[in-house]
Amino acid sequence: MKGLLDQQFEQGGIIITKIDDLLNWSRLSSLFPMTFGLACCAIEFMSTGTTVYDMDRFGMAPRATPRQADVMIVSGTVTFKMADRIKQLYEQMAEPRYVISMGSCSNCGGPYWQHGYHVVKGVDRIIPVDVYVPGCPPRPEALIGGILKLHEKIRNESRAKPTAIEKLTGQQNA
Amino acid sequence: MKVAQSQPLLKNLPANKMPELRAIVNDLITHVTGTPAVEIMNSTPPGFVIPKEHLISVCHQLHQHSGTYFDMLSNVTGVDHGPETGTMEVLYHLYSIPFHASIVLKVILPREGGEIESLVPIWKSANWLEREVFDMFGIRFINHPDLRRILMPADWIGFPLRKDYHHEETYRGIKIDY
Repeated sequence: MKGLLDQQFEQGGIIITKIDDLLNWSRLSSLFPMTFGLACCAIEFMSTGTTVYDMDRFGMAPRATPRQADVMIVSGTVTFKMADRIKQLYEQMAEPRYVISMGSCSNCGGPYWQHGYHVVKGVDRIIPVDVYVPGCPPRPEALIGGILKLHEKIRNESRAKPTAIEKLTGQQNA
Repeated sequence: MKVAQSQPLLKNLPANKMPELRAIVNDLITHVTGTPAVEIMNSTPPGFVIPKEHLISVCHQLHQHSGTYFDMLSNVTGVDHGPETGTMEVLYHLYSIPFHASIVLKVILPREGGEIESLVPIWKSANWLEREVFDMFGIRFINHPDLRRILMPADWIGFPLRKDYHHEETYRGIKIDY
């Protein structure tokens, strides 16, 4: 008994698809996260990589350098001292690059929102964020939910419609 | 270490002998400073207020004396009493491993331009602990080998644990307030 893909290949050896679908599918199927953690959220991020939650089933193998990473999971409290480093790491990532903001601290400052003079009140003040995962800290299931949301976002991307330029010029259709 | 080993270990003594070490410290401080030792009331572990000019000599004695042998500086911290009082204090938590005992030393400094002799020549652990007190309170430690900020970024303005601290609007173009 052969798999679905094998059967289709045998029926003529051709698959017809859109280039967007092919590229998006390949991108979202191997999102390499950067090995990077800031606080207690990083513990949950590590749990997500264990056999119990098995991040690898999404093709996500942590890379030890931003040059090889596709997604940065900002897992933890972003301090002003760390802000420069995070920005530099983000700039070192090759495009297309994505950012998941994990947990309340990196979403909005979390418990430090009022008296935390040392905390950046949201990592989106430094780098653009694609997906926000709420929680303090979010459970691995929640992070996986965020990863699937990012999959959804990538799946709908299109090279025919460069939305970034439309956003920049403020001519985005309502 | 040789001197300390010749002394009976206090943890092997009955509990009612514990005041002995306190009395030794009291005598030692009185001897070094030339004035009666000021003990902090109801302090656990026992605490003493030291005039700032005598801190280094008192600590040297506590470190070397065969009856005390405080070989570990567990913690250094600061307290700001606010602009009305106009004073700050630095607290040193000492621990004697052979005698299994700890004491607290307190030094009171003026709030503006507070300076105190560094204890790095006696205990190496003072290095980072004093840097933290400098970072949070702006207390300068004389003869410290590397007195830089340790927690906050090097170009941060102000000392966050002072009572009258207000942070800036932005840091490197990033808004600080929520």
